[in-house]
Amino acid sequence: MIGNPSAEAFVMAVLLTLLAAVTLAIARQRNMFGVVILSSIYSFLMASLMIVLDAVDVAMTEASVGAGISTVILLATLYLTGSMEYPQRRSVAIPLFVSIVVGAALVWGTIGLPAFGISNAPIHEHVAPTYIEFSKKHDMPPNIVTAVLADFRSFDTLGETTVVFTAGIGVLLLLQGGWRASGSRRKDETEGDDEI
Amino acid sequence: MRLDLILRVGAKLVLPFILLFALYVQFHGDYGPGGGFQAGVIAAGMVILYAIIFGIRAAKQIAPSALVETMVPLGVAIFAGTGVVSLLMGNKFLDYSDFAHGYLHAHEWGILIVEIGVFVTVCGTMISMFYAFVQRGPS
Repeated sequence: MIGNPSAEAFVMAVLLTLLAAVTLAIARQRNMFGVVILSSIYSFLMASLMIVLDAVDVAMTEASVGAGISTVILLATLYLTGSMEYPQRRSVAIPLFVSIVVGAALVWGTIGLPAFGISNAPIHEHVAPTYIEFSKKHDMPPNIVTAVLADFRSFDTLGETTVVFTAGIGVLLLLQGGWRASGSRRKDETEGDDEI
Repeated sequence: MRLDLILRVGAKLVLPFILLFALYVQFHGDYGPGGGFQAGVIAAGMVILYAIIFGIRAAKQIAPSALVETMVPLGVAIFAGTGVVSLLMGNKFLDYSDFAHGYLHAHEWGILIVEIGVFVTVCGTMISMFYAFVQRGPS
């Protein structure tokens, strides 16, 4: 996306620094409203980072789901639960230890990965060229991402759609499933609630 | 609910363009970034913005609960049904080769139908989740 490699590195560095700052702010923040807004900012930064990495589809998803819908849903949750975190009673030693160990394991895991942006990583040797050549040979849609998602690997996408479906049904059952058992009617049948 | 006039008028100006953009992302997915998932979220975002500004009752007139809750399984049914149709045509599951004449045409049709399935499920799920949260009320 950005032609000049040093400019790209600069933009990446700025975005990653901001991401780290936002993450620290989320960890220190005690007001849940602030946490929700900061995680929305985090998603926007992540979307910008994806654009720098030329993954526009992922950036679009991150911006619309991470920064849009989940912020609204989390704010709606705060309306139900109240927005202040309860003060910490137990010590933070064990959680801190677990996070450090897991974080170290993840960083250790990245050591074995091929270098960032390298062209002879295993995924660029077999899988990606096959898709690209097949798309060219058969004149598939120019956006190969769509062709991969909805055609080459439509099984995966069917699974993902089913996951969205299952998650939606789960949330609906949790939030409005009890009305039949308790004998009370659903709220939208009795009164229209238009406060958010 | 008293809100700013500017907010209401501004939202009314923006809403049709959000929906148009969702449809663009949906049907232009073959050529540009995006597809059913992103388009579904954007369309749901339009309904949610409408609900936030004009109230949940007004939003239910354009997207009734029964409709969005039907959309949740309907999209999966469209997607899986496409696979069953391709099975009935004698191909593998979700192999679109016989949907039209010519390889490209057939696969474009297949992708289009499948993406509509994704759109329907994602859009329905997002809106009905939002409705479920808002209707709950603080306990």
